[in-house]
Amino acid sequence: MAAVESYPNELRYHPEHDWARIEDGEATFGITWFAQDALGELVHFEAPEEGATLKKDESYAEVESVKAVSDVVAPLAGEVVAVNRAVVDAPETVNDDPYGEGWLVRVRLTDPGEVDALMDVDAYKQHLAEQG
Amino acid sequence: MQTLLKTPLYERHVALGARLVPFAGWEMPVQYEGVIPEHRAVRTDSGAFDVSHMGEFLVEGPGARAFLQTVLSNDLDKIGAGKAQYTLLTNEHGGIVDDLIAYELSPERFLLIVNAANREPDFAWLEERLPGEVELRDVSDEYALIAVQGPRALERLGLPEAPAFTFADGEVGGVACTVNRTGYTGEQGVELLAEAGAATELWDRVLDRGVVPCGLGARDTLRLEVCYPLHGNDITPETDAISAGLGWVCVLDKDFTGADELRRIKEAGPERRLAAFVMEEAGIARQGMAIAEGGQVTSGSYSPMLEVGIGMGYVPAGLAPPGSELTIDVRGRLRRARVVKKPIYSREES
Repeated sequence: MAAVESYPNELRYHPEHDWARIEDGEATFGITWFAQDALGELVHFEAPEEGATLKKDESYAEVESVKAVSDVVAPLAGEVVAVNRAVVDAPETVNDDPYGEGWLVRVRLTDPGEVDALMDVDAYKQHLAEQG
Repeated sequence: MQTLLKTPLYERHVALGARLVPFAGWEMPVQYEGVIPEHRAVRTDSGAFDVSHMGEFLVEGPGARAFLQTVLSNDLDKIGAGKAQYTLLTNEHGGIVDDLIAYELSPERFLLIVNAANREPDFAWLEERLPGEVELRDVSDEYALIAVQGPRALERLGLPEAPAFTFADGEVGGVACTVNRTGYTGEQGVELLAEAGAATELWDRVLDRGVVPCGLGARDTLRLEVCYPLHGNDITPETDAISAGLGWVCVLDKDFTGADELRRIKEAGPERRLAAFVMEEAGIARQGMAIAEGGQVTSGSYSPMLEVGIGMGYVPAGLAPPGSELTIDVRGRLRRARVVKKPIYSREES
């Protein structure tokens, strides 16, 4: 079942429709409700390797629906410490629960100070509104 | 910017919450609920597609049959009134200007249903070669076309069974239409040709019977699973009918545009063939991706029935037999695929 549109208050957001949940020096990344809705039901997650180094604002993975493929952009720089195998096996988990079971990777942040560059929920909702 | 055309069902699509996209100059529904559930509805029950963007030409007159015999690859003498035939409009090189279905309305009157994207080039192609005693008219705007496909399509519409590639006047829910026993999904079903003014009522009556509205997204995955070529992807004016595996609709003991070249290609054997494949590693092949052994992917997507990446592409003839291993460059990652017998999906084998 596809999730209902939502943008949790506790997350930080990147304009390319990625979210980050910050916990001490680590963060969990995923794609927002808007991103999964635009793509449709996901059928493939091309995941990075554990240990891969992610650069902020650069693509680190791909998600695909039947019709389209999309790069997934890293909201922050860091090193991948875990990949969500449940999403590799069942990519539609992202559609069902984009902020919970549908997380993509867990990252050890290179510079936790970068978090300040991300949007809070109000700024992200404003960003979505401007995109029409 | 070009204004997009709208079919008579446009308001219905909007009301159903369809995601609309530009396609061949038309604003068309790509999906309603989602490509995957719509695809599965057609494989297990029934689905309805608005294909009113397709073109319809009337060709009539005492010389209509003889004229069509010179421009179309299949042999109209094999059918009669009330029957239809899949055929190709070919160029001098044996390339495919379009693939279409010819309907024999009467011995001197034919309806051609052509791809939306090729409506103008097809019309110009035919007009340029038209003899004096034959009349050609583009009647596309006068008609709507609704495909209803799936194992329960006839039951839901209350229509009797009839042989494939036949047609007859009929009605659904009291709305008059021509019931064509044709389709593009590999399932049993019909394509209902109705006057444009009756389109919304016909669509409503079809959906009343529990048929699931389906968009062009599912239409594409359905046709790819059963290896029906898509003009513009798998077949083009640059690809010949023999290499495309469409020799069965080219009657080479008759003379039509490009027949000499097609005979030569058939005799020599094509260098490349359009093969179907299934991904053996993760990833989804897409149109335009290179095949490392030679050639490229012409259609690639995800099979909702097999739950794996599938596709078609031109490969060196030696690699066309089922079982051959291919390597596809999926955005810089080399992924293995295997050539399979067409169709990729059939209910009996799954």
